[in-house]
Amino acid sequence: MDRLVTDIAVLVLAGFVGYTVISKVPNTLHTPLMSGTNAIHGIVVLGGLLLMSQSNGILEKVILVIAVAFGTINVIGGFLVTDRMLGMFKAKAPPKAEAEVPDADTKEDGS
Amino acid sequence: MLGTVFLQSANFIDAAYIVAFILLIYGMTGLTGPRTAVRGNKIAAVGMSIAVIATLLRNGEFHGSGTVWLILLGVAIGTAIGVPAARNVKMTAMPQMVAVFNGVGGGAVALIAWVEFRHHFGGDWPLRSEVFELFGAIVGSISFWGSNIAFGKLQEILPGRPIKLPGQSLINLVLLLVTVASAVAIAAGTHSQALFILGILVAAAILGNMVVLPIGGADMPVVISLLNAFTGLSAAATGVALGNSVMIVAGMIVGASGSILTNLMAKAMNRSVPAIVAGGFGGAVAAPVHGGTEGGTVRSTSAQDVAIQLSYARLVVIAPGYGMAVAQAQHAVRELERALEAKGVEVKYAIHPVAGRMPGHMNVLLAEADVPYDLLREMDDINPEFSRTDVTLVIGANDVTNPAAKNEPGSPIYGMPILEVDKSAAVVVLKRSMASGFAGIDNPLFYEPKTSLLFGDAKASVSEITAEVQAL
Repeated sequence: MDRLVTDIAVLVLAGFVGYTVISKVPNTLHTPLMSGTNAIHGIVVLGGLLLMSQSNGILEKVILVIAVAFGTINVIGGFLVTDRMLGMFKAKAPPKAEAEVPDADTKEDGS
Repeated sequence: MLGTVFLQSANFIDAAYIVAFILLIYGMTGLTGPRTAVRGNKIAAVGMSIAVIATLLRNGEFHGSGTVWLILLGVAIGTAIGVPAARNVKMTAMPQMVAVFNGVGGGAVALIAWVEFRHHFGGDWPLRSEVFELFGAIVGSISFWGSNIAFGKLQEILPGRPIKLPGQSLINLVLLLVTVASAVAIAAGTHSQALFILGILVAAAILGNMVVLPIGGADMPVVISLLNAFTGLSAAATGVALGNSVMIVAGMIVGASGSILTNLMAKAMNRSVPAIVAGGFGGAVAAPVHGGTEGGTVRSTSAQDVAIQLSYARLVVIAPGYGMAVAQAQHAVRELERALEAKGVEVKYAIHPVAGRMPGHMNVLLAEADVPYDLLREMDDINPEFSRTDVTLVIGANDVTNPAAKNEPGSPIYGMPILEVDKSAAVVVLKRSMASGFAGIDNPLFYEPKTSLLFGDAKASVSEITAEVQAL
């Protein structure tokens, strides 16, 4: 099958998956959600990595080093700051039953 | 040797990409609850690492030359800037931080597109890759510059008020036309591609500046969400151009998330996204709207009276706004809540979706002060409870509690969903002075007979009330 068709299919399906998953995130977590997804679009750093080996001339190398640095700031900074923020969210000492996340009650926090 | 060959095979890398995007999606599902969120974020980070490592293994392309060192240099610079920034940023400054991280992501997309075009000048690049890469270049560049302006406004380097040129909409339209026309020229195979791609990047850069400059500080939550969606979509487009599945999936997740948040924020402010992008809160608001309430009398109160009022209540709702964060009063508020709970008073927090400078900002600020998240109530949950609330304490919030949004069709915020604090038996408003809120709109709530105002710095006032409560 044409690579483009496959890619566009992936694009559309990923859009639906993203919409479904993100719709369930409560208002309480919207700031971490935004900084978390921010980190995820740092995935563009892959583009920088892929192009680096094909780069010609000093200009392209400089542009790509900047692009990789930008992408790295985006990824590392994004995940770290999200982790810091989420670490602050605490339940009351005896956690009440949460209506929001019924399936979360059985799981333990990973941290 | 066999192992090396396998690790570098296209199949292995594709498989690793699939694992990576499964982890990214699974990690995001963790964000649906505060208890699973920390782990979810870590899982997503692992997914991202797998994607990066798989890419580096690819084809052994990185043998010889300085490639490895250049990549390491870029990563080192990025780490040196990103880690301290993420570690040290204050929670009140989170919107700026997100704007910066978003901007550099958009910038990376635009720079990568630029290099892609340099590689393919005059070559036989399939039109389809070209179209997606052009989209990435334009949107990435807009996002980079737009985010920088948003950062400047939030950090108060630039004035928060709308900055508008005469004929702004026309200029934006022309810029957009120039950008799209250059893109079409490139796609059609013009001979001066180098010039046109630079033209696109520059025109899109100016457009990014021009679009965000006229937007007022109050609309920032919408703008940040929108730019976030933009960067995500541009990353996905770059993924299509490079035929890279994990970039497509990751970019689309961000695109979806940004779009959802943009709509939510716009709805919470009763504004349409196009109207916000078209410019500012409008000149209409600069001149405060004086309703029939103007000239009404306000009742001012003392910390001692408020303490008595609160201590004998059964249910107290605290409605915090950005003013509370500016006064750094969140820890004091938490102390007050504890003191009241010790007296058997039930305390809840009412959080308006646009309280703060970005979606969900107020929740983070309160979480930092150790307020348990189960006490934080979203607007739709708390509104029915105001009728049984004895005292509502409004701290540094104004427009989101303004009943004019419901009762006065002439008000600029008419139709905006609000916290219905005027339904509670009594309201205490903590205010620095009688100045109007961020949007410059008069608030009839202050003139109601059941409302009393406690003037002064929010942090000092709250601490004073707490001391009085404890002394009772």
